[in-house]
Amino acid sequence: MERKAVFANPEALTDDLTHYCPGCTHGIVHRLIAEVIDELGIREITIGVAPVGCAVLAYNYFNLDFAEAAHGRAPAMATGLKRVQPDKVVFTYQGDGDLAAIGTAEIVHAASRGENITAIFINNAIYGMTGGQMAPTTLPGQVTTSTPFGRDVKLAGYPLRVAELIATTSGAAYVVRRMVTKPATIASAKKAIKLAFQAQRAELGFSLVEILSSCPTNWGLSPLEALEWVEESMAAYYPLGDYKVIDEVKSLK
Amino acid sequence: MAKILMKGNEAIAEAAIRAGCEAYFGYPITPQTEILEYMSRQMVELGRTFLQAESELAAINMVYGAACAGSRVMTSTSSQGFSLMQEGISYIVCSEVPAVVINVMRGGPGLGNIQPSQGDYFQMTKGGGHGDYHVIVLAPATLQEAIDLTILAFDLADKYRSVVTIIADGMIGQIMEPVELPEIEPPQRPDQPWALTGAKGRERNIITSLYLGGPNLEEVNLRLQKTLEEIKANEVRYAEYMLEGAEIVVVAYGTAGRIAQTAVKEAREEGIPAGLFRPITMFPFPYGRLDEVAKSVEHLLVFELSAGQMLEDVRLATRDRLPIHFYGKMGGVVPSPAEVLTEIEKIASP
Amino acid sequence: MARGTILIDEDRCKGCELCTTVCPFNLVHIANHFNAKGYRPSTLVDPQGKCTGCTLCARMCPDVAIIVYREGA
Repeated sequence: MERKAVFANPEALTDDLTHYCPGCTHGIVHRLIAEVIDELGIREITIGVAPVGCAVLAYNYFNLDFAEAAHGRAPAMATGLKRVQPDKVVFTYQGDGDLAAIGTAEIVHAASRGENITAIFINNAIYGMTGGQMAPTTLPGQVTTSTPFGRDVKLAGYPLRVAELIATTSGAAYVVRRMVTKPATIASAKKAIKLAFQAQRAELGFSLVEILSSCPTNWGLSPLEALEWVEESMAAYYPLGDYKVIDEVKSLK
Repeated sequence: MAKILMKGNEAIAEAAIRAGCEAYFGYPITPQTEILEYMSRQMVELGRTFLQAESELAAINMVYGAACAGSRVMTSTSSQGFSLMQEGISYIVCSEVPAVVINVMRGGPGLGNIQPSQGDYFQMTKGGGHGDYHVIVLAPATLQEAIDLTILAFDLADKYRSVVTIIADGMIGQIMEPVELPEIEPPQRPDQPWALTGAKGRERNIITSLYLGGPNLEEVNLRLQKTLEEIKANEVRYAEYMLEGAEIVVVAYGTAGRIAQTAVKEAREEGIPAGLFRPITMFPFPYGRLDEVAKSVEHLLVFELSAGQMLEDVRLATRDRLPIHFYGKMGGVVPSPAEVLTEIEKIASP
Repeated sequence: MARGTILIDEDRCKGCELCTTVCPFNLVHIANHFNAKGYRPSTLVDPQGKCTGCTLCARMCPDVAIIVYREGA
């Protein structure tokens, strides 16, 4: 019997080879988003907003209309894009500097306003693009290039738990945390991304999927070791789970 | 057409609506908050997009997003709010999408006060944000001019795919004057094949201001500079008052121009050959015309509500060939025509 | 013939090794040679035709370097 291709490049992803490091989970999440867009048939009405960070060139990899935002401002840009064309699907793709440091006001207010946009939040506990400095999500004791002695909570405070924070806003409809460390968790992350986009399509409010991700290069670990660190250390501080799922979203499942 | 009495801020807002403004994002700041409030009622009633943002930073980025969608979009702010918008404006200009930004200047620097001032001339005409760029800067002196220039701003923004600003001040924002509002006509807008409307039936569009690698960014910059040359060639505007036989010409814009106009009229009544040159486009600055005017006069008196910012462009235009006097007030203090007349008299009889 | 097989685009592969840990039959290994970018790409070693085309390796790959084929699909 003939063999047919059952897994190949999604249409919403271009053929471009990414600039991401070997084993970087950006590649996995990009693909999940593209698969979801293909499955929902929304490629031609979706607009993405890229962050400043390693994913600053994300628009090279998606076969979608895309805008490049200033650092942290993607939710505001997405708000502008969506408010003037409410029939389109608009999502932001942001890292921990972009969303949880400089862009904290923008993400909180977009959520609070219940903007019908989706934010995909890549939490890898470090600033990748600029070479490995402390992020708001860096764990206590974690060594980075700006916390060479390990993050001292007395000096640098505590990490920010974004999913929990955003879930407290009344405008948020779907706020969950997942990780992409093995096929099972990757599948769960994909389901969450899909539900988030569906919530947007149903105009139910703001959706955010926080994805615990790895940064092998700046953590100084191999890609496989890095995923283990996500499962053992990051998931302990940032528990996976559904932090806000309004009833209307539940009934979409 | 009948005139109606309107407050400056509201006249600007209504003009924008008549120009077909489709989206407004703003943040309250005195002395321009009435623009936000007027838009919050009218835009919503008209079914257009209105949103009060959480900050000026957010507002300009919402403008950026809507502009990328090809929407006719505007924001308004004052002084320090404009400072916050500089990063966003730099991005919007580099991305070559159209937007209108109103700045109703207040006393500065710092938190300053809420009185009228012209202290933002530098930050508006010299690019202001990072990188090589300029925005078009239109300076109304009356409310009628504010209406006409606001409408023009949207058309120029479309024509050059850039940011066009209105440099107003607290006086213009707050006073009430009889004005004529134009009939509402749907605006004629150019095609926007670049807009982010979803890649249906076409290749995807990417709007970015990131161009890694020297030659790429250089190419973009050369294109932006070329657009600036077109703007400089085509869009210079100014007004002249009593220049015939003038020996002392006051150079002033906006509210200062208006005050100066009265002072010049009174000077003439005293027999002093005074005149007024009032730039309307602060960028592109009317270097050429001012240089020409300066050739046949004895003195220039630059009058600004600042420490002297446009002064530098006046000196540049004339290469300091003639005596250039300066009279300015800072801190949001607005002098009367009599005080400006005194300055003219001092020059006439030193 | 094996029920499934995979095609690895060697020049997309960055040798991250994530795919080598998820195959239920341990069929994916790192090759001994280098690809054009200087990485050791992964490769399918399936002499007994055990691959079922389950796609786990492809789902793990951050670079969409693996195409999966399956019978009866």
